[in-house]
Amino acid sequence: MKFTLSRRQLLVGFGGVASWLMAQPIAQAAKTAVKKVFVSTQAPKGYDPFKHKWLMCIDADRCIGCGACVEACKTENHVPSESMYFRTWIERYIIKKPAAGSGDARGEVLVDSPNGGRGGFPPSMVPRTDILKAFFVPKLCNLCEKSPCTQACPVGATFDSPDGAVLVDPNYCIGCGFCIQACPYGCRFLNPETHTADKCSLCYHRITRELKPACVEVCPGQARIFGDLKNPVENDPLQAFIRKNKVQALKPNLGTDPRVLYANIDKEVR
Amino acid sequence: MDPVSTAQAVNEVQTLVTHIDGYVYPNEQNLLWSVLIVVYPYITGLVAGAFIMASLVRVFSVQALAPAYRLALLTALAFLLCAPLPLLLHLGHPERCLEVIVTPHVSSPMAMFGFVYAWYIMAVLLLELWLEYRRDFVVWGQRERGFKGLLYRLLTLGATDVSPGALHLDERLSQTITIIGIPSAFLLHGYVGFIFGSIKANPWWGNVLMPIIFIFSAIVSGMALCVVVYMALNWVRRRAADDACLDKMGMFLFFALLVDFSVEALDWIHRLYQAEESIHVLKQLAAGKLFYSLLVGQLCLGTLAPLFLLGATQLLRERIAMWLRRRIYFISAVLIMVGVLMMRWNVVIGGQLFSKSLRGFTTFKLEPAGQEGWLMGLALMILPFVILGVLVRYFLPILPVTAAAGEPASAEK
Repeated sequence: MKFTLSRRQLLVGFGGVASWLMAQPIAQAAKTAVKKVFVSTQAPKGYDPFKHKWLMCIDADRCIGCGACVEACKTENHVPSESMYFRTWIERYIIKKPAAGSGDARGEVLVDSPNGGRGGFPPSMVPRTDILKAFFVPKLCNLCEKSPCTQACPVGATFDSPDGAVLVDPNYCIGCGFCIQACPYGCRFLNPETHTADKCSLCYHRITRELKPACVEVCPGQARIFGDLKNPVENDPLQAFIRKNKVQALKPNLGTDPRVLYANIDKEVR
Repeated sequence: MDPVSTAQAVNEVQTLVTHIDGYVYPNEQNLLWSVLIVVYPYITGLVAGAFIMASLVRVFSVQALAPAYRLALLTALAFLLCAPLPLLLHLGHPERCLEVIVTPHVSSPMAMFGFVYAWYIMAVLLLELWLEYRRDFVVWGQRERGFKGLLYRLLTLGATDVSPGALHLDERLSQTITIIGIPSAFLLHGYVGFIFGSIKANPWWGNVLMPIIFIFSAIVSGMALCVVVYMALNWVRRRAADDACLDKMGMFLFFALLVDFSVEALDWIHRLYQAEESIHVLKQLAAGKLFYSLLVGQLCLGTLAPLFLLGATQLLRERIAMWLRRRIYFISAVLIMVGVLMMRWNVVIGGQLFSKSLRGFTTFKLEPAGQEGWLMGLALMILPFVILGVLVRYFLPILPVTAAAGEPASAEK
């Protein structure tokens, strides 16, 4: 069969392609404008989220459980002071020795986080001789690449920023709490003052101004390593950390693909 | 930390210790969703179930149920009108509720609420009711004076043609709408099940069977509601309920309950057999925190007892006298309604009682007052009955109800 194309068809085709190409920048501009109107972040003017990709790593071996990060986070982000609202908290894991002759590799696992670890931990009630091992695990929003909270939000008030942060627009959130239920890591809460969903923003107002998140800034043990994968600095601690450690994510079976990676944690950590 | 705040912290920790077993993430200590979110799926379930009951008459031509047809539709409407209220009231910012319809986030099952709801009430229920009632509106509009007459005349929407041809068209349209309505009713409630079933973070909720369980429990509860409302209305009006209709409702109730029970049993068998990471905490939840509401309330009182009672009426119909059957239907229906309410409670509250760390439990304290108090829940449960009362008064007049069919001896109940 001979394929024929009339001049009219050809022109229409070209016209179509040309108008599609010309519409692209307009569509992009419109999309950006709409985003500007609908999305309020705390980033300064001129910050381009497409030029960054943030990542947080946590070295559990370096956490001493002092709680400075929790305190700093509460202060920096005006998190309500009650002991049921945290953007970041520390968990203490105490794994007891197995009973003699039980054949178990380990005994009972005790986890606590009194007041989120704010102000440090009281001495454990478990006698030292009964403890097989103990360690601290700082927790925060896992910055999921495929975040279930974003998926669940009915109005798009919580969204994935191109730079890897998962943010909430408190001026748009309706406070239904569905995202809080959808978060597998318990990182979200309903702020009792704003009546909207609240969570770690990686201190978005700081990181967009070339500062570190408050928790990273104050950590005396440098247990939190934070950086920008798109703009590695000289002797980047983040790159070095990923190179030197075997890292893992929490609850990988849920397919959330977190951007908070842990090194030196036990299988008991959930 | 100064001594005062240290003391405060210690106090806080102590008060927390009293209501937390094991470890829960700090943000999970207090339940986020409470009574209102228990009431919401309960009400939508009653709507869907009542509609399915009504559609049995029209689509499946179960003529025995015809005396309860209009009542079932009005019941569905009364409850549907109240369905968005609990959702609206539980929002942190109810004034922003229209965002869900104006800027829906398409990946969220909750964002679909506005559309599913609008579809169901506009395209299915109101249309079906209007077609069913159009002829009567015309007749009543001519007969009645004053407000009632004006109301009926307005409700004809100007379509006053009651020629046989027009009525035939009404009938056929109504048939089509009911056929669309059945999947819509499934959608309405299956979707509510999906809200919970899609939460992979929560092993108690995240489950493919959840929408199916919700649909069947909805059908069961809605049918039970129809039985209760039908019997109550006849009692109030001092009329004999249609026994054939009651027997038929009892039969459908039994089979729907059997399916519902099987699906929920399958859910448990599957969970126990697969025995995933979360099974320990879920077993503890069922046997501990939810013992009374799940094992006693939902399983024994709400499912097994009515299954036994209704099963007896199916197997021994000839040997059980009608007056006894009537009481059995009524008691079973009430038990089922309580059982399904318990089921909603177990899903919504139970799903928040354990930590997503799978290491511990928190406690739910039911407050009487406040936005999420049980008084509010109770008010929201009474409101549909009030609305139904008004609807029945205007749209289910005593005269057209089947002309006193029952024998006078059994008329008192």
